[in-house]
Amino acid sequence: MSLVTNSVRSWFLTELASGMSIIFKHMFHNKATLNYPYEKGAISSRFRGEHALRRYANGEERCIACKLCEAVCPALAITIEAEPRDDGSRRTTRYDIDMLKCIYCGFCQEACPVDAIVEGPNFEFAAETREELYYNKEKLLANGDRWEKEIAENLSREAAYR
Amino acid sequence: MPTLIIDGNEIDVQDGSTVLQACEEAGIEIPRFCYHQKLSIAGNCRMCLVELEKAPKPIASCAMPAADGMIIRTNTPSVKKAREGVMEFLLINHPLDCPICDQGGECDLQDQAMAYGRDSSRFGETKRAVKDKDIGPLVGTIMTRCIHCTRCIRFGEEIAGVEEMGAIYRGEHMEIGTFLEKSVKSELSGNLIDLCPVGALTSKPYAFTARPWELKKTETIDAMDAVGSSIRIDTRGREIMRVLPRLNEEVNEEWISDKTRFSCDGLKYSRLDRPWVKKDGQLTEATWDESFNAIKNKLSTLKPTQIAALVGNIVECESIFALKQLMTNLGSPHIDCRQDSTPFDNEYRASYIFNTGIAGIDQTDAILLVGTNPRLEAPIINARIRKRSLQSNFSIGLIGNDVDLTYKYDNLGNTPAILDEIIKGNNPFSSILNKAKKPMLIIGQGALSRDDGRGILQKCRIIAEETGMIQENWKGFNVLHTAAGRVGALDIGFLPGTNGFNTNEILDQAQKDSIKLVYLLGADEIKTNTLENTFVIYQGHHGDAGAKVADVILPGCAYTEKDGTWVNTEGRVQKATAASQPPGDAKEDWSIIRALSDYIEGELSFDSLTDIRSTMTKEIRVLGLIDKQSPGNWGTFGEDCTIQNKLPFKLPIDNFYLTDPITRASPTMTKCTETFYSNRIRENVTDG
Repeated sequence: MSLVTNSVRSWFLTELASGMSIIFKHMFHNKATLNYPYEKGAISSRFRGEHALRRYANGEERCIACKLCEAVCPALAITIEAEPRDDGSRRTTRYDIDMLKCIYCGFCQEACPVDAIVEGPNFEFAAETREELYYNKEKLLANGDRWEKEIAENLSREAAYR
Repeated sequence: MPTLIIDGNEIDVQDGSTVLQACEEAGIEIPRFCYHQKLSIAGNCRMCLVELEKAPKPIASCAMPAADGMIIRTNTPSVKKAREGVMEFLLINHPLDCPICDQGGECDLQDQAMAYGRDSSRFGETKRAVKDKDIGPLVGTIMTRCIHCTRCIRFGEEIAGVEEMGAIYRGEHMEIGTFLEKSVKSELSGNLIDLCPVGALTSKPYAFTARPWELKKTETIDAMDAVGSSIRIDTRGREIMRVLPRLNEEVNEEWISDKTRFSCDGLKYSRLDRPWVKKDGQLTEATWDESFNAIKNKLSTLKPTQIAALVGNIVECESIFALKQLMTNLGSPHIDCRQDSTPFDNEYRASYIFNTGIAGIDQTDAILLVGTNPRLEAPIINARIRKRSLQSNFSIGLIGNDVDLTYKYDNLGNTPAILDEIIKGNNPFSSILNKAKKPMLIIGQGALSRDDGRGILQKCRIIAEETGMIQENWKGFNVLHTAAGRVGALDIGFLPGTNGFNTNEILDQAQKDSIKLVYLLGADEIKTNTLENTFVIYQGHHGDAGAKVADVILPGCAYTEKDGTWVNTEGRVQKATAASQPPGDAKEDWSIIRALSDYIEGELSFDSLTDIRSTMTKEIRVLGLIDKQSPGNWGTFGEDCTIQNKLPFKLPIDNFYLTDPITRASPTMTKCTETFYSNRIRENVTDG
């Protein structure tokens, strides 16, 4: 029996035909690949990407130097120094994140009582030197300004689950 | 001794204990806010409620005396419910601002809310807000956080003796503050910060700079006055963030003075961080090798008798001992530690220490203060005297300036003539001293640092002997020092040898050019203008008076940066531990002297701190008795000399906040001076 069927299959090239049929079928399917960087995949609103320090709508920085993110950071990537600002409020004078140490666990944004430090949707911040990945307060605030719309959108989407 | 049953365990407690103390004895933690072991009982926070059998309601354990046969329960559902209720009421008006509160992480309310509170609040109405008060440059207020435990009010009334804090209005509108808008003028005001169980009173200089969990804690000894308070230094990295007291019943109880607590920021400024050598009349940066060679070259041209050494106020025993050995090896007798030219010598230890000990103040029944203002010279000792003065059967007489000591005293006058009156029995106070069972005399540096100091010392000794202060187990003769390193230096005998000059003579001879080299080990409180033509080696930590006239500067460590032995005014030997590192090239002082000895012909035999300590304690046995106050031997000290009977005593400390190189470099101490001494201009005085 097997001799007959095997002979028929090999003489009539059925395997080739079935293989070609899969190829033809996929010619009419949607493409699975993306033309990165011109095209990008969808990401979750919980995505933990590059850090940003946010501001309030009136331009006041949110961070109050409570140092909870520094305390919770398992990789010891955050360094904060603080002192009273001229108006007497508690503010940081230094807020550094070593992005090379960071493990993107998201504990910092969970610890933050004022939603100041967040991990935004940006994942394209590769650099050519290590120094570029030592983020300071200025850089983080600039990130916050740039990504505020997306970050605010994500936070409002997640608000119900926090 | 009442016997109680607490949670089923029987326990005996001392008479007069409260239920809360009994529970503590039994090892059960009772939450509390208003109760503090060193203050009177207020019983107003209600957090310490426990169940007493046969009582209809839970009782406040801090205010309930322990009685025989009480059955106390601390872990029942009703106690839990009572605590939750009290906590909920306390939190109604307490703001939820822990993230910006400096107390966060070491807050009693935070901890106890976690341990004994409910999980969420049921309070939806608006919280109250209270205006902050300005109570000075040291203590910051955020009065909305206040939970009205009244610890600060009781501290002011009972310990510090400044009744400026108080409560106004009632119930929910109650506010704590100074009645008049003014600063709390107390040398102990910093303790309010420790006492406050929440973040209502916080440290202004420390504001927002660090969190308790990032600080490294080092237990050590203070050197800002001669009390030698037990302190804890908190550092982050190499920076000293704050100084806190440690409990030491025999010395400082739980308190420290504001100078001890807040002067630490002076350690960041005006520091000597590298050696300097004078070349062509100009100080230039140098290496250790260059500076030692400069000293070597100068020394090779001098005879031993042309060299002198002076030791300053904040120097620990090891360095003093090393310098003394070096000077002995060089053959110079001209050494002195008494910058203020007091007449002490070290033949009789009892002649220069606080013999009864600070704790002895609790037992005394009459004190004669001579030429001293303990409030400025040793606020901790003053608080101890005040504590005694609040009890019965006690009288104090003062020979000296009429000053506010925070307690009542009889001012007997301000001239040495009063001493004679007391000896002869012509003064009403001499009968008080005679009647007293354990009288004591406290003599300040102001009475001794004068030309007739030897005579005053002798007169005080006679008073002590005549009025029954010298008994078998009680030597009521007490010297109150102002310099932390002085008693140690006297124990070591850093005093002029045979034909040696004392401080004043050294300075005079330097001006006359017969002393050509002076080694200043942290000595700044001298008249340095006489040293302008002398070769001066200054070894110390701050660029102050001594460094100004120096030809060679050797950078050393401040008291927080070195392990060392200190002897306080009681003669209690205590060991300090380094809390941080010195800046730049600065080295430990004893090691600088050791290194220098290799260059010049005065080689020293020790190579480590352990070596120097064993040599030192072998030679001076008292310095080996750590944490003990060794009694001094009594003898005939002081000398007969003409006393200027009309010349009033001058106090050694004019401005409490600026007394040494560290405080003079401290911005906080400067701010205090501006606030508390704004109406006075500081003169150039010797401060001890």
